[in-house]
Amino acid sequence: MGGNPASHACSVSPWGIAPTSESAWTRRLLIGTALAFLALFLFLPLALVFVVAFGSGVGAYLAALTEPDARSAIRLTLVTAAVAVPLNTLFGVAAAWAIAKFEFRGKNLLTTLIDLPFAVSPVIAGLIFVLLFGVRGWLGPWLQANDIRIIFATPGIVLATMFVTFPFVARELIPLMQAQGTEEEESALTLGAGGFQTFRRVTLPNIKWGLIYGVILCNARAMGEFGAVSVVSGHIRGHTNTMPLHIEVLYNDYQTTASFAVASLLALLAVATLVVKSVVEWKTARNQAIAAREVAEDDEGSGSRYPMDLSADPVGVHALACEPTLSDTQHAEA
Amino acid sequence: MVNGLHWKRPSVLPGFGLCMGFMLLYMGLLVLIPLGGLVLFTATRLSAAELWDRAIADPRVLASYRLSFGASLIAATLNAGFGLVVAWVLVRYTFPGKRLVDAMVDLPFALPTAVSGIALTTLYAHTGWIGRWFDPLGIQVAYAWPGIVIALTLIGMPFVVRTVQPALEDLEPELEEAAASLGATRWQTFRRVILPAVLPALLTGFAMALARAVGEFGSVYFIAGNMPYRTEIAPLLILIRLEQFDYVGATAIGVVMLVVAFALLLVINLLQWWSRRFQT
Repeated sequence: MGGNPASHACSVSPWGIAPTSESAWTRRLLIGTALAFLALFLFLPLALVFVVAFGSGVGAYLAALTEPDARSAIRLTLVTAAVAVPLNTLFGVAAAWAIAKFEFRGKNLLTTLIDLPFAVSPVIAGLIFVLLFGVRGWLGPWLQANDIRIIFATPGIVLATMFVTFPFVARELIPLMQAQGTEEEESALTLGAGGFQTFRRVTLPNIKWGLIYGVILCNARAMGEFGAVSVVSGHIRGHTNTMPLHIEVLYNDYQTTASFAVASLLALLAVATLVVKSVVEWKTARNQAIAAREVAEDDEGSGSRYPMDLSADPVGVHALACEPTLSDTQHAEA
Repeated sequence: MVNGLHWKRPSVLPGFGLCMGFMLLYMGLLVLIPLGGLVLFTATRLSAAELWDRAIADPRVLASYRLSFGASLIAATLNAGFGLVVAWVLVRYTFPGKRLVDAMVDLPFALPTAVSGIALTTLYAHTGWIGRWFDPLGIQVAYAWPGIVIALTLIGMPFVVRTVQPALEDLEPELEEAAASLGATRWQTFRRVILPAVLPALLTGFAMALARAVGEFGSVYFIAGNMPYRTEIAPLLILIRLEQFDYVGATAIGVVMLVVAFALLLVINLLQWWSRRFQT
């Protein structure tokens, strides 16, 4: 994403020369249209959040964030994310390992099933848990008899959040691990590494940045989920209000500054998520460039320095890792 | 890939059983059983006549479908047009701040819908930074259907840009050079060479934006005004039914929305399969 057109137009530069490019006026018009569209829909709303949040001064801003209901909403949001994100990360890594590193029947079906929560409206995600655990749901009478509260309580909020953020880590890792193949893990095992050791020393460094972005995005969505949580929460102030629900309560009470103050925290989280994403993409692009250079160098000295089977590392996949991996050591030894 | 006798190709890598087992258990408990509960509820506690009365024939529900699907279609169409322009500009041109703009396109993925909801409402209300320019013209944006379209456009925007961008990057420059050398104008080249090549990606992005918009709740909830028959979207109606403990009414609407969502998911998968075939 966001790649450079120059990458596939290295020596001849077709975009610079007419008639395979547009006139200066067309360019300006198109850039202007794109920027105006993005300004109207992205930049202005984001800027407005901070302008309104600080509109009544820093004192009012801090007061809105430290009053008891806000503190309890922040605490509940943190608790929810602290349960949902690690579990979904564990699932994402397990799913990516099984799907990307092995060949088996039904793989496509499994991948589609992982995407299922993306297709489901957040309100329906809340609805299915109400049907299971609500007073008139399947397990409702039993839960009531045993005095267990799930709907209108923290467990329901955590479950709905987990459902909505379920695919994020897996979605980020599966294509990444599929592209990396299994050769490195196989050589690690051949050299006597154990299964978990192989994962920790070979796979994990390779997927590190993708994993970090998946976790951060999952976290941002977990903290910001509104639809699913508002169905199962019951909006009990100071008890079952997460940050997005607290924003809603304040906004409907015409406490605009306070609601935008809480919103600004979530907006900051979103911006931080985008920064991490940019860093991850920059690192990946840099590593790919290094890999490409290494392959080029390997080609120059081919035959003389390395035996054929080692120098023919097809895309220099090993160089995607930031630390030297086993195949690098192999190169050095050869 | 996999031979006829075994369902899995043998591998020296360990951990398949453990990972597969955990994945299936977790997915089963969190996703499949709860969704199955909805299907079972529909099958056992909802008669066909009830489903018809509560989810299709009810005029208030019908009005909410019309609004949800209509506004989503308009928003996805806007996104297809402007998203193509944004993707084109980001792939083909250089301008100051381009990397920032490129990174910002993903904002709707990360920004909570409640935040974008109150921000857009404040922006487009009749006293807001943008709304005040529409007010003298007699156009109401917030608390009316244009506001709903704006909220749905915001949340669907990254889908079109992010699916069209790689397709534009993969285009062979030789094709455009050939078209130009054969005497095509730039517009003809775009319409007859570039557009057909990126069309599968564009349609995929359109369908994804549409699917996301149909189910969207958070941002629309704030800007819509939520007047029955006029600015009430289908997901909100589910919430209202649930607040009245009317599980049957909520499930009936939920099932209709779920069927539409799965149909869209199927269309998206077919489109992706088509665009992959197109590229090779």
